[in-house]
Amino acid sequence: MLTASVVAAEETGFPSGFPLLPHPAEMIIGIIAFGILYWLYKTKVVPRLEELYEERAAAIEGGMQQAEVAQAEARAALEQYTAQLAEARAEANSIRESAREQGAQIVAEMRAQAQAEASRITESAKRQVEAERQQAVVQLRQEVGTLSTALASKIVGESLEDEVRQKGIVDRFLAELEAGEVRPEKVAPAGQDA
Amino acid sequence: MSPTVVSASWLPAAVATAEGGEGGFQTPGVANFWWPVVPFDGTGPWVLTRPALVLLISVGLLAWFYLGATRKLSVVPTKSQFLVEGSYNFVRNTIGRDIIGSKDFLQFVPLLMTLFTLILVNNVFGIVPFIQFPTMSRLGIPLVLTVIVYITYHTVAIRRKHGVLPYFKSLVPPGLPGWLKPILFALEFLTYFVIRPLTLALRLFGNMLAGHLMLLVFILGGEYLLLHGDNLFLNASGVLSFVFSIAMTFFELLIEFLQAFIFTLLAALYISDAVSEHH
Repeated sequence: MLTASVVAAEETGFPSGFPLLPHPAEMIIGIIAFGILYWLYKTKVVPRLEELYEERAAAIEGGMQQAEVAQAEARAALEQYTAQLAEARAEANSIRESAREQGAQIVAEMRAQAQAEASRITESAKRQVEAERQQAVVQLRQEVGTLSTALASKIVGESLEDEVRQKGIVDRFLAELEAGEVRPEKVAPAGQDA
Repeated sequence: MSPTVVSASWLPAAVATAEGGEGGFQTPGVANFWWPVVPFDGTGPWVLTRPALVLLISVGLLAWFYLGATRKLSVVPTKSQFLVEGSYNFVRNTIGRDIIGSKDFLQFVPLLMTLFTLILVNNVFGIVPFIQFPTMSRLGIPLVLTVIVYITYHTVAIRRKHGVLPYFKSLVPPGLPGWLKPILFALEFLTYFVIRPLTLALRLFGNMLAGHLMLLVFILGGEYLLLHGDNLFLNASGVLSFVFSIAMTFFELLIEFLQAFIFTLLAALYISDAVSEHH
């Protein structure tokens, strides 16, 4: 069995004595194969791929730069907007402040005006009341004169009919009354007695 | 049918003869990875073998894909460009820049890229239908790649440390007691000049050989059980073996990617050691 295999192997050129002996032809072809592939990789494949890597890195870097520019632009715009917003806010604040002041002023003015109006109305009312009182006094004076004259003429008779005397007596009486010389207490018991 | 099942019909000559001769099951071995193409009998030292052919095909495919996809590159990637950039980014940034450092990594990117794509494609070829040969399972090919890495990192180190002697001196960290220096120098020398390249080549080679050998065992064994099994139980085991080989194929895919990644990662690590100021 073993001899058969050895014989068979020897017939085909297999080194049975040294089964692991490297075969020279295979080694030479190995060197050639390696050499061809190495040369191809070194001159073509690796440079091409490295070039691509550089290109890609450049592209990425370019993209990053672009992004940075865009970011800076965005930041500038944001700053601008913020500034504008702050400005607008300040403006609104000042407007509000001035409106408030104005409002207060208006309120004060209105209050003063109302007060003036009120005092004016009060004054005019007072004056009217005074005038009415005056009128009433005058009227009363006339009526009291007439009444008292009538009363007196009834009591004293026709002698007092004389107008001139009558006027004089009434006026004098009223003047005395105004001056406080005639005291109602004195008249009242007399009236009560009558 | 899983892609791996197809390879069962492509029985290597050694197994086929053994079966025809004695009828017993011939365990697949390293000899199964010997596939001369031109001349077919494989005599003489200059034979074009199947792994060599697969390797050349992979170079053609990679060149076509990477040159085609990078012809018109745009800042916004297309679908094929996305794939190219994904793989390139992975090697350039994850392996190159993060390990070697952003100062020096760019000059090593073509080397790392070549290592990663070449190893990955050739590893994945181990389970691609009709190709189904992990090129790296032939020691000669990972050995060549390792030698290239080996020369690269030593050259870089000698240049960075301004000469061979300063480089040797830099292997020993400063501030050690005198008696420790020769021991440590021997250890470091062994690491840098023997262990690192050896493990780098053997790790990739071993993983690929073992992974594919395992698939061969499951598929050839399954076929043998199915066709030459004496009873129904053995035949059913053969079917089970096929099923398991499919699962193993997916596991292989993971290993294939991982090994390509580890090889490139370690190459970057050794280079980063070389470019760094101290050791």
